[in-house]
Amino acid sequence: MRPAPFEYFAPRTVEDALDRLARHGGDAKLLAGGQSLVPMMNMRLVRPGVVVDLNRVAGLGGVREEAGGLRLGALVRQHTLERDARIAAAAPLLAEAAPLIGHLQTRARGTVGGSLVHADPAAELPACMIALDAVFHLRSARAERACRAQDFFRGLLATALEPDELLAEIEVPGAPAPRTGHGFAEVARRHGDFALAGACAVLGLDAAGVCRHARLVIFGVGDGPHLARATAGLVGERPLAARLGEVGRAGAGEIDARGDLHATAEYRRRVAAGLAARALGGAAARAEAA
Amino acid sequence: MTARPGSTAHDIAVIVNGAERRARVIPRMLLADVLREEWGLTGTHLGCEHGACGACTVLVDGEPTRSCLVFAVQADGCRVDTVEGLAGDGPGLHPLQEAFRARHALQCGFCTPGILMTLVAYLRRHPAPSETEIREALSGNLCRCTGYQHIVQAALDAAAAGRAAAASV
Amino acid sequence: MKFVGDRHLRKEDPRLLTGRGRYVADIALPGMLHAALLRSPHAHARIRRVDAARAREHPGVVDVVCFADLGSAARALPMVPPHAELRGHNFTLFAGDRARYVGEPVAAVVADSRYAAEDARELLEVEYEPLPSAQTLAAGAPPVHDDIPDNVAGRVTLARGDVEAALRAAPRVARLRLRIGRGGGQPMETRGLVADWNAALGQLTVWASSQVPHQIRQFIADLLDLAPHQVRVIAPDVGGGFGAKLIVYPEDVLIPFLARRLARPVRWIEDRLEHMLAATQEREQEHEVTVGFDDTGRLLALRDRFVHDTGAYTPRGLVVPLLTASMLTGPYRIAAVESSFESRYTHRVPVTPYRGAGQPQAVFVIERVLDQVARETGRDRAQVRLANLVRAEDMPWDTGLPNYRGSGHVVLDSGDLPSVLRRVLESARYDALAAEAAAARAQGRLVGVGVACYVELTGVGPFESARVRVDAAGRITAFSGATTQGQGLETTLAQIAADELGVTPEDVSVIAGDTAGVEHGTGSFASRAAVVGGSAVALAARDVIAKARLLAAKALECAPADLEQAGAAFADRRRPERRVTFAELARLAGAATAALGVEPGLESTRFFQPTDMTYSSGAHVALVELDALSACVRILGYWISHDSGRLINPLVVEGQIQGAVALGIGSALLEEITYDESGQLLAGSYMDYLLPTATDVPAMAIDHLETLSPLNPLGLKGVGESGALPVPAVLASAIEDAVGPAGGRVTRMPLGPARLLDLLPPAPLLG
Repeated sequence: MRPAPFEYFAPRTVEDALDRLARHGGDAKLLAGGQSLVPMMNMRLVRPGVVVDLNRVAGLGGVREEAGGLRLGALVRQHTLERDARIAAAAPLLAEAAPLIGHLQTRARGTVGGSLVHADPAAELPACMIALDAVFHLRSARAERACRAQDFFRGLLATALEPDELLAEIEVPGAPAPRTGHGFAEVARRHGDFALAGACAVLGLDAAGVCRHARLVIFGVGDGPHLARATAGLVGERPLAARLGEVGRAGAGEIDARGDLHATAEYRRRVAAGLAARALGGAAARAEAA
Repeated sequence: MTARPGSTAHDIAVIVNGAERRARVIPRMLLADVLREEWGLTGTHLGCEHGACGACTVLVDGEPTRSCLVFAVQADGCRVDTVEGLAGDGPGLHPLQEAFRARHALQCGFCTPGILMTLVAYLRRHPAPSETEIREALSGNLCRCTGYQHIVQAALDAAAAGRAAAASV
Repeated sequence: MKFVGDRHLRKEDPRLLTGRGRYVADIALPGMLHAALLRSPHAHARIRRVDAARAREHPGVVDVVCFADLGSAARALPMVPPHAELRGHNFTLFAGDRARYVGEPVAAVVADSRYAAEDARELLEVEYEPLPSAQTLAAGAPPVHDDIPDNVAGRVTLARGDVEAALRAAPRVARLRLRIGRGGGQPMETRGLVADWNAALGQLTVWASSQVPHQIRQFIADLLDLAPHQVRVIAPDVGGGFGAKLIVYPEDVLIPFLARRLARPVRWIEDRLEHMLAATQEREQEHEVTVGFDDTGRLLALRDRFVHDTGAYTPRGLVVPLLTASMLTGPYRIAAVESSFESRYTHRVPVTPYRGAGQPQAVFVIERVLDQVARETGRDRAQVRLANLVRAEDMPWDTGLPNYRGSGHVVLDSGDLPSVLRRVLESARYDALAAEAAAARAQGRLVGVGVACYVELTGVGPFESARVRVDAAGRITAFSGATTQGQGLETTLAQIAADELGVTPEDVSVIAGDTAGVEHGTGSFASRAAVVGGSAVALAARDVIAKARLLAAKALECAPADLEQAGAAFADRRRPERRVTFAELARLAGAATAALGVEPGLESTRFFQPTDMTYSSGAHVALVELDALSACVRILGYWISHDSGRLINPLVVEGQIQGAVALGIGSALLEEITYDESGQLLAGSYMDYLLPTATDVPAMAIDHLETLSPLNPLGLKGVGESGALPVPAVLASAIEDAVGPAGGRVTRMPLGPARLLDLLPPAPLLG
């Protein structure tokens, strides 16, 4: 399998990249890590007339600490999430999820931004970013705008990104309160596969051990990552196991689950409920220890 | 005359196994193809062409990379290391290759170069891996012949030998 | 024996480890063109028109070819082997007026690069008239071939004794319905060919990633009207076969056809998506089993009726279902047996053997039966097996069922099956393991132990060839009609030759899979290469050393009894300064006169024609845990005891077993090829067809027992497929143990997450 022909540009600045996008519109694809895009191009499922390679663009690949949180350039490689001590400190959820994203080779090249923009419903990073209440900074030749992660994912492989926009930076806020913990759990058929179902949670406790805030995102089950509404009921309560189980089940029940070759909808929903409880439990335990 | 889209050739210069190589490539030419067809380094193999099997793994700037998912033009100015460069200029094999031979860690040999390159990069960063860690590191390399057990043993042997060599320096 | 039995490091490794293997995609000839094939997107369609006008105009395109261009090559490929019950059909090089499966070749584009060929392929305009297709094994499906309206490719019944009477008389009867899904060999290297027609020599040279170069040569000669001496087929380094490269495919003749037509070398490398579509598959069957047994768990009667999906063509006739049917009783003594099947055509890729070849299905059936019998009689599963196994003193054991070749019965020639089972039980600490599993279950964990036994049919004929030759420079070469796809023949055949010749394996070069090396050959499949190929090498090498001794005695003017061999030279024991080397003897033989009393050349070509198949055996134990939430299976421990006769190289044997078990794990838990109602492949890439990775395959403990085969000079038995045979069965056994009596029964393979979830006991019991 070899891709269909395309013109190739490797701009050095974001402005040049945006200019290319503006000029070629829907016929252009941005190339970051290529781990999702190039297989589709090799299989000729996707045939852009123009490929704009972002790998030489200055200023897209950095990690900065800011106000207890992080600013991640979109081209930060996925394996940086495993390797960078600042990320482990400021956003340990990302460090925990990272080793489960694909494989050694895909994380060496694949980027944080690329995974977010590709928006596979079973991908880990979109869900983690929503759980962390991240904000995505989008740029086009026309304008710059910010979009909350929870507003960015719009359905199966669809995002709020306009054809002439690129995701430039991801702002991960610092933990909202001193006693905050994260949890992560997923089930995949093989190590590194996309999740059959997964959940990530961020939960904060007050000094008395009462939950003050909780975010739960379930992925792999529906058309995209799902921010559970059921966690609202946790605020003001103790995160007891039975309660977390209820919340997990309720959260999974909010999703229009899909079935495919690998798992039925019922399977996904059932497993997601258990994983959600596990993720919440992990977050609560870490919050306790914080 | 309008040039056909995608026919613009790009000149690339790549440091392959320590020596500069040049080529003129069209954008869609895969890194795997320029290595194999243009530069005759056929040790890197294509098993799936959609980034799933790992047979095409080479090192790009030291990182294990699926060469079926990188366009040759993207490798301009980069360092690429392939299996042909592992053994160096002397008559012997790289310690990892020796370990593979001693443990019968290859059968048909098709996936082997990709696995070697993945392990070389991995062991540089993780000189004391557990068996579980090695298996996880290899999760992106498919082998249909061996069942992986001998590969894992060879990797553990090579890691131990590497630590012993480092300790004796 | 000095080298046979040795864990000799492989001679092929230095080249393969340093990237100096030569696989077919590595071969580039001057002026070489590249082919891309257009394949039918429909499972069943009339092909009304192929319009290549736009494709031909694409830059870089040299030719576009379809069925109408084949001329006298438009005949169907021959079918191997025939069977009285077979209503068979084989491929043509292209689909002609009708395509019968998604992926059937329709046209070929030949261009100056693969890139251009794929571009031009998109410009081909084919007018299809889609037709209804047969996508189930149910009766009444649309006919695949006009002359076979009921889609039955063959109906066979194999029987021993009176199974109806025995079932009626049996104290207990149980019934099972079992289903096995489709899978494929999936070697890491896809198929491919380079073909080169040299008009000056009138010679076609073909490099093919194949398990059967001699068969390819025969089919090329047949369809392209060439004499065999005009066709040379070479299997270079081959990146795995596992059955996917076992048959002669349309492409194996088509690419040479193109090379001849264009008078330029042509290379075609199958891509993985094509391989998913067009490489043959196997395993799909539906079984209805009835077993009669007594209260002690002894099997009295077994009846199995199954339907087999053979796909759109029958390039291997009825071989797969015949193997399943004839191997049904496996290692067990059952007095009354009836095994019958219907092999049905479907509009799908043809079914031909892949690693295991119909036997994993038979093992799955009989082992599920035994677990059922154990459950109903309250006996331990291992004990029930021991009670029913053929014993060492029963050997040779005639199962009473005709073998798949129709050359006689399945006769287990040798082995000690109870010992093999006892050894694995011991090495796994079975009783303690079962107790630990039970204790874990009492704690709410889903842990279970499984056991399964098998025999494997190996060493099939008709023959294998070997030519062993010492040349005038003293180089020793062993040419074999077998081929290697990773099983180490360059080393194992050298070990055999070295022992016979009194030299070292490093002194012997093995050239396998080249029709120029030996005139007649069969190939590597059915766990035969080492057994039959190795036996032929031994015979030829024995001839050579005998001739060498004769010549040495004459050259040294001494009695043969006074000859002393030291490596590749002989000396006269009484006058040790008088020596003659193999090289000198070869030169002497090269000029042999009548007076010398021998024919020229220090070489011999021999064939080994096995009188019967020889049977390996084994037993596996597995310890598994299912996750209570996801039902996903982790294999915590895996133990193997096997008997594959004399081991030429235990290192190689262990590798074969481990690899085959890994493939078995894939077929049990991960790999399934499924189609939608219109015959479109659902698992079309490695995103969906999941192969086991290093994290899916456990470490395995392997114990060897060597009961020599009486059927060949070295006592060899095959082992290449052994590891794959019992894996679905042993995992089924372990999973059922893990989910306990309140959980489900395993009646189908493979077991993906949803099916596993259905097996879990109802939630309240999980605590």
